[in-house]
Amino acid sequence: MYRYDEFDHQFVRERTNQFRNQTERRLSGALTEDEFRPLRLMNGLYLQLHAYMLRVAIPYGTLSGRQMRQLAHIAEKWDKGYGHFTTRQNIQYNWVKLEDAPDILDALAEVEMHAIQTSGNCIRNVTTDHWAGAAADEIADPRPVGELLRQWSSLHPEFSFLPRKFKIAVTGAPHDRAAVKVHDIGLRLHKSDAGETGWEVIVGGGLGRTPMVGVTVRDFLPQHELTGYLEAIMRVYNLYGRRDNKYKARIKILVHEIGAEKFKSEVEAEYARRPHPTTEVEERELARIAAYFAPPAFEKLPRWSASFEEAKLGSPDFARWAKNNLGPHRADGYAIVNISLKPEGGIPGDATAGQMRVMADLAERYGNDELRVSHAQNIVLPHVRKDDLFAVWQALVKAGLAAANYGLAGDIIACPGLDYCALATARSIPVAQSISRKFADSKKQDEIGKLKINISGCINACGHHHVGHIGILGLDKKGEEFYQITLGGSSAENASIGTILGPGFAGHEVADAIETILDTYLKHRQDGEEFLATYRRLGARPFKEALYATA
Amino acid sequence: MPLLKNNVLVPDTWINVEAEGALPETGDVIVPFARLLKEWGELSKRNTRLGLRLSNTDKPEALSAFLPGLSLIVLPFPAFNDGRAYSIARSLREMGYAHELRATGNVLPDQLQFMLQVGFDAFEIGKRFPLETWAKASRQMSLAYQRGLFRRGAEAEIWTERHTDAEPWLEQPHAG
Repeated sequence: MYRYDEFDHQFVRERTNQFRNQTERRLSGALTEDEFRPLRLMNGLYLQLHAYMLRVAIPYGTLSGRQMRQLAHIAEKWDKGYGHFTTRQNIQYNWVKLEDAPDILDALAEVEMHAIQTSGNCIRNVTTDHWAGAAADEIADPRPVGELLRQWSSLHPEFSFLPRKFKIAVTGAPHDRAAVKVHDIGLRLHKSDAGETGWEVIVGGGLGRTPMVGVTVRDFLPQHELTGYLEAIMRVYNLYGRRDNKYKARIKILVHEIGAEKFKSEVEAEYARRPHPTTEVEERELARIAAYFAPPAFEKLPRWSASFEEAKLGSPDFARWAKNNLGPHRADGYAIVNISLKPEGGIPGDATAGQMRVMADLAERYGNDELRVSHAQNIVLPHVRKDDLFAVWQALVKAGLAAANYGLAGDIIACPGLDYCALATARSIPVAQSISRKFADSKKQDEIGKLKINISGCINACGHHHVGHIGILGLDKKGEEFYQITLGGSSAENASIGTILGPGFAGHEVADAIETILDTYLKHRQDGEEFLATYRRLGARPFKEALYATA
Repeated sequence: MPLLKNNVLVPDTWINVEAEGALPETGDVIVPFARLLKEWGELSKRNTRLGLRLSNTDKPEALSAFLPGLSLIVLPFPAFNDGRAYSIARSLREMGYAHELRATGNVLPDQLQFMLQVGFDAFEIGKRFPLETWAKASRQMSLAYQRGLFRRGAEAEIWTERHTDAEPWLEQPHAG
């Protein structure tokens, strides 16, 4: 894992002091709320419906046990004893007091963390594959580039007042778990026949009101050119992105309005025009960072673990959890453990301070002291020996963290919705809870198989409903919440935007509607076909007929 | 309007001229871009310094031919969160422009350091904040990750600092 050196420490310390000073000026009245707003936003502090919300950056979703423990401490000392893991691999505290925010930032700085640029019209926390460094299919660990971009984008003087927020995602694997095609910039690693690696640069994807799949502007950019090339993209966007309408200000609208070819030529012209200092420093910096991400020394273990197989035979519950919640690890005898933060009837992504400590303990004891936050709002222990899985599972059961629904119908992604968010038009959490209860029967979930259900409480789409296999969008119609259902979205390498199925449903009808859709799928699916494949083969018609026939 | 340069207030001796109308006989004038394009021949013959008022929708690369004849470029911040002028300023510095680059409009202390880093060196600041607030604001951060910023010996570039002595054979011997 990356560790701060003296420069990183000093940088975050100075930034925290700066924010303490700004907060004092706001509390004394020297700054107006209008002037303070962009300053607090650039430090992750939002004013929500009931209180301030602090969003803490978890760069590329990677945490140590010590850092997770500090997040637990913050939840207890300054919040109500829990935190909410988000779809951008961050954590949010929903009940923060303005005057406490500088102390919280100090507590974060102690463990090499911060809240810089988790909001505002600037480059946000860089996200990546939550299986990075462990996945069996990976070309290279994308986190060194994630860290390089974290540093490069931190307080970037040219790009701190962009037309709108800017999100970058990086993946080092052919199977895209980082949704790079629906980010402002997505970076995807490729390997040539000659064995060299280069980055595909994808620009202009996004969700929100106008969902779009990004376009490729470079097929194979050498690694050391990344920051220079990204600066060219950012400059074109900063100069020519729309600022007249907040809802048309993302880079995807610029790419769409001037066309991919024109956009590309503007970027190339800008890149060629700028002075090019040698990139030797970038190369050395990348090598320095990469050393921190060297793979742990995995033990030489047999692929087959007798104790693991025995434990599965002895406990059907463990066997089911193992079947659903483990990912294939690159090293023999190891597995990736996915801890679902989606218990039946729970709030997706929430964890108590106690649960955070349990996960920290497990990471330290069994998992090479590493944790990941996934964009599906779950926690990952990337390196666990198969021999230890049963012990890990037992500890998770005790902490209420053993939901065996990873990647299934109960593993729902949802934004905070109208229960917390000032922008929401409808509640998300109760809908997620009702669906999760509907599919509480584990046999039914297993029978349905891999499924992504995403819920957003407004058209800003923080729950990424456009790319859910089943997407649910909460809207307001004359004071009543109602929910639109879309089918066929995907954020993977075959990314697609879902299609609206038909008229919406009242909140209490949604779970039944989802059940009807899934029963239709079970009736029509061919052998081994996942929901998305069946939908792509048949289209919306059978689902529409089943859903609206009796209405 | 008081003008902040190098943390002190200095008088502004420049004369703002509109797109139309007669030019003053003497004095340093600031003209809008349209007038610079139209009257370049006449303007460049004057015996005084020439300044340009750019809008933040003008393309910086269109200025390359005029840069050697300019002693001042004024860039506007219609609102503090309209960040186009940051890119224009940095572009102009990258193109080699070395004279005064002035920020006008909604210029606030909390953005001052960013403005310095992209190449601004003069600021129309109004009277709302005391001078010490501005002085403090100019040195909030002593470090920057980005390379190639326009700096006046203020912040250290972290990446450069980290790697200057990475390879001993690149070290220069100190004289004395």
